[in-house]
Amino acid sequence: MSELETFQKETRKWLEANCPAEMREPIKGDEDLCWGGRGFKFKNEAQKLWLERMAERGWTTPTWPKEYGGGGLSKPEAKILAKEMARINARIPLASFGIWMLGPALLKFGNEAQKQEHLPPIVRGEIRWCQGYSEPSAGSDLAALATKCEDKGDHFLVNGQKVWTSYADKADWIFCLVRTDPKAKKHEGISFVLFDMATPGVEARPIKLISGKSPFCETFFEDVKVRKDQLVGELNKGWSIAKYLLTHEREMIGGQGQDVTRPLSEIAAGMIGLEDGKLADPMLRTQVIEAEIDAWAFGQTLKRKLGEAKAGASLGADSSMLKYYGTELNKRRLELMMDAAGHEGLEWEGEGGVARQWLRTKGNSIEGGTSEVQLNIISKHILQLPGA
Amino acid sequence: MALVLNEDEKMLREAAEGFVGSKSPVSAMRKLRDSNDATGFDRALWSEMADMGFAGVLVGEDHGGVDMGFVAAGLLAEQMGRNLAATPFLSTSVLAATALGKAGSASQKSEWLTKISAGKAIMALAVDEGRKHNPSKVETKAGRSGNGFKISGSKAMVVDGHVADQFIVAANTGEGVTLFLVDPKSNGLTTERTDMIDSRNAARLTFDDVEVTADAVIGEVDGGADVLAHVLNAGRAVVGAELVGASSKAFEDTTDYIRERKQFGTEIGRFQALQHRSSHLYSELEIARSAMLASLSALDENAPDADLVVSMAKAKIGSVAKLASQEGVQMFGGVGMTDEYDIGLYMKRIRVAQELFGDAHYHMEQIAKAKGI
Repeated sequence: MSELETFQKETRKWLEANCPAEMREPIKGDEDLCWGGRGFKFKNEAQKLWLERMAERGWTTPTWPKEYGGGGLSKPEAKILAKEMARINARIPLASFGIWMLGPALLKFGNEAQKQEHLPPIVRGEIRWCQGYSEPSAGSDLAALATKCEDKGDHFLVNGQKVWTSYADKADWIFCLVRTDPKAKKHEGISFVLFDMATPGVEARPIKLISGKSPFCETFFEDVKVRKDQLVGELNKGWSIAKYLLTHEREMIGGQGQDVTRPLSEIAAGMIGLEDGKLADPMLRTQVIEAEIDAWAFGQTLKRKLGEAKAGASLGADSSMLKYYGTELNKRRLELMMDAAGHEGLEWEGEGGVARQWLRTKGNSIEGGTSEVQLNIISKHILQLPGA
Repeated sequence: MALVLNEDEKMLREAAEGFVGSKSPVSAMRKLRDSNDATGFDRALWSEMADMGFAGVLVGEDHGGVDMGFVAAGLLAEQMGRNLAATPFLSTSVLAATALGKAGSASQKSEWLTKISAGKAIMALAVDEGRKHNPSKVETKAGRSGNGFKISGSKAMVVDGHVADQFIVAANTGEGVTLFLVDPKSNGLTTERTDMIDSRNAARLTFDDVEVTADAVIGEVDGGADVLAHVLNAGRAVVGAELVGASSKAFEDTTDYIRERKQFGTEIGRFQALQHRSSHLYSELEIARSAMLASLSALDENAPDADLVVSMAKAKIGSVAKLASQEGVQMFGGVGMTDEYDIGLYMKRIRVAQELFGDAHYHMEQIAKAKGI
């Protein structure tokens, strides 16, 4: 038996024995996820147990090095683990911006002390992170950010405001883009710093969205003292870290367009019904089929692009293509679901909350860089059009 | 599904890229057109393509082919699409080779497949009849006559019909469709070359009690529908690859053009109105390329959902290719309307190829049926 086969066999056995039954139920929404952190209230004992068991093996972050608490798995091993988890419908033990966003950046740009300090608590789900990027006057033009960070000798002093900070009200720490050289060109005076959200002077206020939910906050900083050893990478070189992280974020958001749930045709048939074996609304039928074709072809594209990218390599500017296409597709899907749901879809809690989902998707093509920004990136980096 | 090319496939693509690009560039197609070439393709070049193994790409080694499968055939078609190369590849090496390979008798195979891979026979599939592709409604009839059959009816859009050494004809035999091998010189059969917008070969056929022997049947009498479905899927997937090639090249030419063309004192590619449309089209072409690879590999793998996958791919690619040609002509502006520039040639070929074996609307209907709506 090869090493991988042994690994698979043992993994299957371990998961069977250690994944609680409740953690094999489908996830209905964000509220079913375990986000971890100092103030996190576990939904039940099973959720806590599942996190602890997986974290102990480093399997909340399967490919991170063992020295930082990760699983130390090779890519093929991680693939086996994912497959075996999918086989029993095991939930991810931990949802975390620390895992998805900060971790990869720290592994690439952080110093040894920073890795030692921050990575293990991410793996164990003890510290929940949020991302301080956008500002009221720096949305699509992110590099125009103005949050001030001054060198005060033994510490930095941060003043300013962030917006669209996901779950800032629930996060323990923030990774934050700040302006450290106001005189430099806009991309060259930015730094990447980490600080505790409990530091005096930090305030997070949830923003109520059109969907009625509040996953985002406005976050204010007033004379916030930041430890100097919490500067990641070099001073004024934070933009390259920001870009690296945004690429990760785009790959994550782009993946949402891939239809892993019920096909739209099935949902529409359930809502509208059939006449003579065809969807009762023939105009909608055409659009549903078009959307399904695109969703399928997009799924094939995700697989192809990930397959083509050498192991671990970034997709580069193609992540903008995937983000653009995937989010626009997702918006189209939810528009069609609203069309199919009709009057019942207009109630707040009607038809499985389709209205809330529909409203939420409108943000997909805005957050993580708008569709227009993605098209600019494609024009510049892939098509190399002048002045893009 | 194999969406990422392996080393053999990459090598084949490079070989095809070099060969087709140097031996059959767009200028070669213009020459055939401008000289009103009676054959409509270059026989000497086709013979060279046979030597390269292109003609027998889907033919087994026992009949002189290289048997590389549909992904390989698609990669060849893609390069032909990029160069608008006029060859009998689709009619002969894809449609006829697939039909005979799947259902041909031993003697049919040894006679025709060997000639196909050697580049010595041109074969054409006669299936469509009306304005639109509709293989479920074959009205050309073949009635029993002695030991053989008599065929009556008409066929349209028979690719390479006027140069074919042999036809494969789909006819209604009462209880179903039957495929027949028919000699173009048969009594009662008239062939009329049609003058197409893409300057490529096609013909209209009329059958007036054309007699064929029982040996002419490919596969079973009344049992041709499944074979035909498979052959058409092969055609759709490979023509899809040709469309991806043609539309990608049209897009690259367009992007090169707007990078250089100056108006208002600057390159027009600097304008965001064009940049965003170009970036959108880039995305659509990437999506179309994935659909192409998925459909070709579904055929190679005999995937149970191959019908659905091929229909989705043909629908998607057809729509994207149309967009690429329309945006191309618009962005070239006035010169895009001239015969001198190639972009119009791409638009015309794309128009024809997206119509072949079912346009996006046809395939969307098939998909809707398959999904039960």
